Amino acid sequence: MAGYCGKLLRANLSTGEINVEKLDMALAKKYIGGRGLGTYLLSGEIDPGIDPLDSANKIIFVTGPLTGSRAPASGRHMVVTKSPLSGTIASSNSGGFWGTELKRAGFDLIIVEGKSEKPCYIYIKDGIVEIRDGEKYWGKLVSEVTDQLVEEAGDPKARVLAIGPAGEKLSMLASVMNDTYRAAGRSGVGAVMGSKNLKAIVVRGTGRMVPAEPEVAKEVLAKVRKKIQENDVTSKGLPTYGTSVLVNVINELGIYPTNNFQKSYFEKAEKVSGEALAEKYLVKNTACYGCPIACGRYSKVDDVEGEGPEYETLWAYSANCGVDDLAAVIKANKWCNEYGLDTISAGATIACAMEMYEKGIIKPEEVDGPPLKFGSSEAIVEWSRKMGAAEGFGAKLALGSYRLAQEYGVAELSMSVKKLELPAYDPRGVQGQGLQFATSNRGGCHVRGYMISPEILGLPEQLDRFSLEGKAVWVKAFQDLTAVIDSLGFCLFTSFALGVDDYTDMFNAIVGEEWESGRLLEAGERIWNLERMFNLKAGVSPEADSLPKRLLEEPISEGPSKGHVHRLAELLPQYYKERGWDEQGIPSGARLSTLDIA
Amino acid sequence: MMVEVRLFATFRKGRFKKREMEFSEGSSLDALLESLKIAREEAGLLLLNGQYASEKDTLAPHDVVSIFPLLGGG
Repeated sequence: MAGYCGKLLRANLSTGEINVEKLDMALAKKYIGGRGLGTYLLSGEIDPGIDPLDSANKIIFVTGPLTGSRAPASGRHMVVTKSPLSGTIASSNSGGFWGTELKRAGFDLIIVEGKSEKPCYIYIKDGIVEIRDGEKYWGKLVSEVTDQLVEEAGDPKARVLAIGPAGEKLSMLASVMNDTYRAAGRSGVGAVMGSKNLKAIVVRGTGRMVPAEPEVAKEVLAKVRKKIQENDVTSKGLPTYGTSVLVNVINELGIYPTNNFQKSYFEKAEKVSGEALAEKYLVKNTACYGCPIACGRYSKVDDVEGEGPEYETLWAYSANCGVDDLAAVIKANKWCNEYGLDTISAGATIACAMEMYEKGIIKPEEVDGPPLKFGSSEAIVEWSRKMGAAEGFGAKLALGSYRLAQEYGVAELSMSVKKLELPAYDPRGVQGQGLQFATSNRGGCHVRGYMISPEILGLPEQLDRFSLEGKAVWVKAFQDLTAVIDSLGFCLFTSFALGVDDYTDMFNAIVGEEWESGRLLEAGERIWNLERMFNLKAGVSPEADSLPKRLLEEPISEGPSKGHVHRLAELLPQYYKERGWDEQGIPSGARLSTLDIA
Repeated sequence: MMVEVRLFATFRKGRFKKREMEFSEGSSLDALLESLKIAREEAGLLLLNGQYASEKDTLAPHDVVSIFPLLGGG
């Protein structure tokens, strides 16, 4: 069974039962794998209305048919569950090597259900699967538990996926880390692991993935690799500066959210840019499995070292908190990796708290740590640690900006969509990206349809970032294509160099199909609609397809994007129509039937 | 007339980050790129006072020109 292993692993932590089940191949292909297949399985196995931290929720770790193949940048897996942060479907993507190892052990995916009475971890070595006592690892930082579990496995090639203390303490911002530094960061997926008393999953596999059509695959993969090697973005920009090369571009265009989106230009951006990171603190580049791009950064400042910070992290902790101190950002990033926190949401929540503090909404006497003032290096580092440890006021921050602001009656100060904190682009100056934020099935997220590519970077063609024309069509197309890439097991960054035909060629050669590109895109649309249906059943109404009031009503005050607001009210009806949904944003029966969604 | 030129990412190598440069009235962005030995197709993003510009655009005193190579990220 080329591409897929054809097997899934089910671990029930309440009963201790472990079962290996045959994967329904027709269904697997219908939803491709990864994000699509994970969403299909979760939708069928849980009631979307449940409390995400109840033992009835399940968490699925799922690879795609191309994960671990010889295709470039194919070391991705997805963590799919119901999000405790947003109450929506959660599907958080991560790179590294863990997903590949799971395939080598013979499994496409793991479904974890129930709740263990005490801390545990799952150990997998090829066909051997055990639920083991994890008591001694509870409370450990991510790097500690990773090193110790590799040692206990007695095999340096064992790969570890784990939560840090933030997940154990049910922080809504908790990530699921793997290979020490890679994160399935968003939507609080780490808290679901924590709620099940599951600290980690250790995997070691010795199998090899063989493509269905080895000769065709060889040819197709050589063509694709060449495209990645010849593309300026994937062969120069990303390897040289990593993702943070974007800091200066986004800032120069006046869409770099500053001080919790109160401004959109950060005067000191140069000090905390990708160029500055490369010049001062970069030790080396790092790469995930099979990746010729190697966008990862390994940085060091004083005695703090590790991977990152990425562009979004840099922004969340620098401009958004008004901080121009790169060393402090690296330290805050390190705490997030060690405690297992989503860096975007953690930085953005501190930024929200800073605005509330400076406006006198949070009183100094409530705060058992550094004053929450914009520009404070000490605050971003120490509050990240306290958030991870759920210590004092940090426990409130660990619930995310929406719950924090709502508690004080100022929910509008949370710069989030569906309670998920927005990333590093002010949508008032990028209209299509704003529509994408508002309609993303997991909330305020940039990687469900990266409109920055056509609207800012001119890839594959340059669109007018302020114009509304054609944006609904573009957003739908980008969202559907992204669902395909996420489900195949590819890194999204390959899309700077590759198009849908390349993904189709690779899928066909490796899986052994003869699909047209349109069929793959239709699967992407099917996945999008299935996620939408999950959210509707979970009680997330279409009214949540919105943006924070500030972005809809207050024009940008200065800089190259001055005077603009986001024009969502004009775009949203166009988008619903483009999707074949009714005026209220509900997928029509006819559309669902065309997409063959039961 | 003086124009502020800002270079980013790989364009800084062997050049500069930010510099005031003198051009004659009516010079185009094309001339500016040529003086820096940057081919138009290498310049992924060309901004004039923070707005997208074309190489045919004419420079005015005190303009700020930002030049980026082809970039990606996120």
